[in-house]
Amino acid sequence: MRDYQAPSDHPIISVRGLCIARDGRAILDVDHLDLDGPGPTIILGPNGAGKSLLLRCLHGLITPDGGAVSQNGQALTDQVRAGQAMVFQRPVLLRRSVAGNLDFVLRRRGLSRVARKAEREALLAQGRLADKARQSARSLSGGEAQRLAILRALACKPAVLFLDEPTSALDPEATQEVEQMVLRASGQGLRVVMVTHDIGQARRLAREVVMMHGGRVIEKGLAAQLFSGPQNDLTRRFLSGGLMV
Amino acid sequence: MQDFTQEFIIALKLVGTGDPELWAIVLLSLKVSVLAVIISALIGMPLGAGLAVGRFPGRRVLIVLINALMGLPPVVVGLLVYLMLSRSGPLGVLQLLYTPTAMIIAQVVLVTPIIAALTRQVVEMLATEYDEQLRSLGVSRLSSVPVLLWDGRLALMTALLAGFGRAIAEVGAVIIVGGNINHVTRVMTTTIALETSKGNLALALALGAILISLAVSVTGAVSVLSLRGERQGVGHA
Ligand SMILES: Nc1ncnc2c1ncn2[C@@H]1O[C@H](COP(=O)(O)OP(=O)(O)O)[C@@H](O)[C@H]1O
Ligand SMILES: [Mg+2]
Repeated sequence: MRDYQAPSDHPIISVRGLCIARDGRAILDVDHLDLDGPGPTIILGPNGAGKSLLLRCLHGLITPDGGAVSQNGQALTDQVRAGQAMVFQRPVLLRRSVAGNLDFVLRRRGLSRVARKAEREALLAQGRLADKARQSARSLSGGEAQRLAILRALACKPAVLFLDEPTSALDPEATQEVEQMVLRASGQGLRVVMVTHDIGQARRLAREVVMMHGGRVIEKGLAAQLFSGPQNDLTRRFLSGGLMV
Repeated sequence: MQDFTQEFIIALKLVGTGDPELWAIVLLSLKVSVLAVIISALIGMPLGAGLAVGRFPGRRVLIVLINALMGLPPVVVGLLVYLMLSRSGPLGVLQLLYTPTAMIIAQVVLVTPIIAALTRQVVEMLATEYDEQLRSLGVSRLSSVPVLLWDGRLALMTALLAGFGRAIAEVGAVIIVGGNINHVTRVMTTTIALETSKGNLALALALGAILISLAVSVTGAVSVLSLRGERQGVGHA
């Protein structure tokens, strides 16, 4: 059982000297990065830029070859990680009912039956899945499944929410719903860190942008400034659609 | 074709009238095989799950070994269990030879590898799929085992049924360690073998009909479960 931590108002995630090498080549090389601006933070970049690798390091799913990640100055202990949740590109739902997927997390938080029911119903209503509560989670559509994955992440009561291209397999309508959930979570004080390669989505969601290319962070800044006046040449080319890999 | 028709009619009567001798044999068969499957599940499922999520030296070898044991010839299992339980064998003092317990032991030896191997496959597949998600939720490797077993429940049911199918239809091992003693260790398969050779076809046919219906029901249940599993993406054997 993991201890429940009250979301702190402004968790700051810091990266120092992070590096991952494969076959003698650095596939991730982030020397210095502080996610200290206002959220949502969008990690943007073309395919293969190292966005997923970085996000997994931030969440402690990968142990890097060098360097470290910290949150509010603390190392990524189990307790710190308990205050983080992650939504994956392809939702991994348990082979249980929709409600069962939420219950799995709520039970781990040690909530009583009554408290679980209340929280589950609130979450299901928020994700417009109340009428599907008893249905098998595996029978949901792509958009519904990703909404459930987000609800389940929120059920962890995290202070930080990571999302790795949660809409890359969704149609525009489902994408819009997911984006609204992300904005709402951010508005409620969660630190949202989301990966995307979709420039339009980044413009719609970001207040802070981390631009990646070739395993490195090539530019970081407030969305308003970065989009209107990118400093890095590669960023400029990516934003104008001229950077493929 | 002489009087097979007549034998057939007697067989139908035996089944229809609930002949006590017939049903005693059926009941013993079910008792032995159900108990064997339960014990095999208690050993095989944790073993299979451990092989799926554990990381220890010799794991690969153990997996290959268990897969190989799935195809053990029943007669050889019967012989080995016989040697263990015979009066001069290491477990001879227990005096279990020619008892239903000996038959259960033989069937456990046959069925445990099946359940362990299938459990390993199912749990390993789910573990791969769930790995990052469960770690993200803070579920440790050890505590992921009950989650994986529960989420693989459909495929695991299939494994249990497959094990039961093998146990109930098996004759070579139980005839050696059970001895086919009237009212003590006679089960469906051994009785069919004996009565057929004695020319008492009616009883053999009656038991054969019951055994076939059991086997067909088990196979049917397995295919229904695997269809459902496929739809849910559980996969099975
Ligand atoms: N386990 C791995 N072994 C070797 N190379 C990897 C591994 N994981 C990712 N990579 C490589 O690292 C680079 C960045 O991957 P990733 O972070 O998934 O990119 P993206 O920005 O598209 O999410 C890619 O070139 C990928 O091929
Ligand atoms: Mg990626």
